[in-house]
Amino acid sequence: MGKRFLGNMLIVAMLILAVTVVGAQTNVIKIATQSPLSGGMSAVGTDIKNGAQLAIEQLSGPLTKMGFKVELAPFDDQGNPDTGVANAKNIVADPSVLAIVGHYNSGVQIPSSEEYHAAGLANVSPANTNPKVTERNYVEVSRICGRDDVQGAVGAQFAKTKGIKSAYVIHDKTAYGQGIAEYFQRESKNIGIQVKGFAGTEEKANFDSILTPILASKPEVIYFGGMYDQAAVMFKQARQKGYKGMFLSDDGFDSSDASKIGGQALLDGKGTYFSTVSGPASAYPGTAKFIADFKAKFGSEPQPFAAQSYDSAALALLAIETAAKAAGNKMPTREAVTLAVRAIKAYKGITGVITFNGKGDLVKAKYFIIQVTSIDPLKWSMNKIDKVLEIEPPK
Amino acid sequence: MRTVQVPVAVREIVRPLVRMTIFVVGAGAVFSAVMILLAALFRGSGADKLLLENQGVGILSYTISILPQVLIDGVTLGFVYAAIALGYTMVYGVLEFINFAHSEIFAIGAFAGVEFLIFMDKLGILAKASIFTSYILLLMSVLAGMMASGTAAVIVERTAYRPLRSAPRLVPLISAIGVSFILQDLIRLVESLTTGQFHRIFPTFGNFDDRVPLFTFKVGQEPIDVDIQVKSIVVIGAAVAMLVGLNYIVNATRIGKAIRAVAQDRNTAGLMGVYVNGVISFTFLLGGALGGAAGVLYALKFTRIDPFIGFFPGLKAFTAAVLGGIGNLTGALLGGIVLGMLESFAGAYLTTFTMGAMGAEYKDILAFAILILVLIFRPSGLLGEQVSQKA
Repeated sequence: MGKRFLGNMLIVAMLILAVTVVGAQTNVIKIATQSPLSGGMSAVGTDIKNGAQLAIEQLSGPLTKMGFKVELAPFDDQGNPDTGVANAKNIVADPSVLAIVGHYNSGVQIPSSEEYHAAGLANVSPANTNPKVTERNYVEVSRICGRDDVQGAVGAQFAKTKGIKSAYVIHDKTAYGQGIAEYFQRESKNIGIQVKGFAGTEEKANFDSILTPILASKPEVIYFGGMYDQAAVMFKQARQKGYKGMFLSDDGFDSSDASKIGGQALLDGKGTYFSTVSGPASAYPGTAKFIADFKAKFGSEPQPFAAQSYDSAALALLAIETAAKAAGNKMPTREAVTLAVRAIKAYKGITGVITFNGKGDLVKAKYFIIQVTSIDPLKWSMNKIDKVLEIEPPK
Repeated sequence: MRTVQVPVAVREIVRPLVRMTIFVVGAGAVFSAVMILLAALFRGSGADKLLLENQGVGILSYTISILPQVLIDGVTLGFVYAAIALGYTMVYGVLEFINFAHSEIFAIGAFAGVEFLIFMDKLGILAKASIFTSYILLLMSVLAGMMASGTAAVIVERTAYRPLRSAPRLVPLISAIGVSFILQDLIRLVESLTTGQFHRIFPTFGNFDDRVPLFTFKVGQEPIDVDIQVKSIVVIGAAVAMLVGLNYIVNATRIGKAIRAVAQDRNTAGLMGVYVNGVISFTFLLGGALGGAAGVLYALKFTRIDPFIGFFPGLKAFTAAVLGGIGNLTGALLGGIVLGMLESFAGAYLTTFTMGAMGAEYKDILAFAILILVLIFRPSGLLGEQVSQKA
């Protein structure tokens, strides 16, 4: 509580400061971030902000030499679409903001980016996987992570490599969970895995009546599209009812709380796997220095998407620099920065080589299949990476 | 003529047991018969063909093959609902108002029991517990839940309901809804201050997750194993013991007689020397303790709890109480079992019979639609009119 209050005060103070500074001089460039800094998802959200902060501190040298002062403007979207859009209105109203790194939730990014699009502000997303993020063809919106439609398909292909012939698909009825489950189902049918059933549920505690038909149909894998707080409970109850097969889920399962809830049930039988667009930071070749710097500065291991956020901010800085040079070392326009983001080719980021296609997706994005190997929540980041795939987005 | 005099104590223990058996067997038989009939009618339909294509069985044999499991789940859930429903129905019997805070009383019990076990787990006692000690520990956690909930219910009655007792009927109802919100956030506050998180997990210990094989039967060529989880047996056993105990207290003891007297006519009971306030407090203590025990059993069965866990079970238990005839103890039991079965059957069969158009998530809609139908034809509930006395 105290920390959050202090944090809010700090943001207010920074905003006041920012307003006075803007009044005094015009060569301040701001990169905004939007992520949940409070509430249940704040662990991941705060590290999205921290990743961007680290990038600005380490990589804003060239812009400083040109006489600019680069600042971070962090906003708390609370994982809530309304708050995200309200923040977005404030962000686009500040002319010194030339790029925005965010969000964590696709459901927040999609409405907020309408504001960025209207204002021509470049948005680099570290974590938003919903296809709609880039399917709108907004030149302002680019992302450096994979997509749910591919992720669902990756899950199905993985199941196939394990010799699985039948699956039962459950989802949480949200845009995210149902979407990814439908992609899993479609790909399964394409590659010859029999889908024995497809159902949605908002149930959080009592899965008895849902599990009975699932177990009766004896699927080799149960796929859950949704978040860990439902999936882990359902997996545990399925095991207790005698299910021996494999569990498979998506990146919503990627939380150490999943092992706390599921416990031994996740390791029994054929085990538990999940697909994700963001492997643990150690899974990327270029991240050793990033992890060390991050730990030195913030005192903890980076959460998923912190490295992607670092790269997002680095891309934004590079684009601003290019645009400023083209404008004769003057403050570039938002349009110029937006175009410069998309013009970047083969940028060597810490999460891989980044080139965007016409929609703003990566030309090739990484997808991971991770196996749960320990019931100790502290060892969650050491789960085994079973497979890494680089896949093009659908045309 | 010789009349056999059965002592009251024995009668009040045997009678509820007989009733429970009749209700469970009766409801199970009726639901199974309806289901099998439906399946027979659906033969040759699209749902039948889809099932043959996907799983290689026809709809009739599919229905029969999962029937025992559905029945077991339904009975377990039914007893949990019945135990919560008693809290609503007792308070209604005595005060004639709906104690909507009862769902949070249930949640308080769940938290007290689970926190006790988590504490034991931290001390390392759970990991070392033998089968016998693990049952003792479970009993202790149920008692912890009963104490916490009973106390909370008495405090709520004293502070939020008693000052409003002579006010119009709607006033304490609003007060109850307010208390319900306050208690939810109180649990949240206490949990965030003490443990820093309010999603709690029931620790794994003892043999509660094991399965006891019951019997094997054949549908066509395929043998079907039917087994039951130890925790389901524990839930059913504990609920039966509580229901019998409550019935005994209400019908065969002095304080029970006082409760029935207050339920019939509060003023006259007061004139006859019954300490009305004390009796009402005791009613809340009893109902609260039952709700608390049900909370711990619910956590045992379904593993995960949060401060809002009481809302749906509470709503459904209230429904069960109305379905059985509110104010009627036997009715609450019947209502709980019927609602538990309805939910279990709808959840398990809806997807198959509608070919996936309506998934298990529609189980509540179906259950409540049937409930509305029952109440249209029997507005005072299934057993509402047969009662000669309330409580």
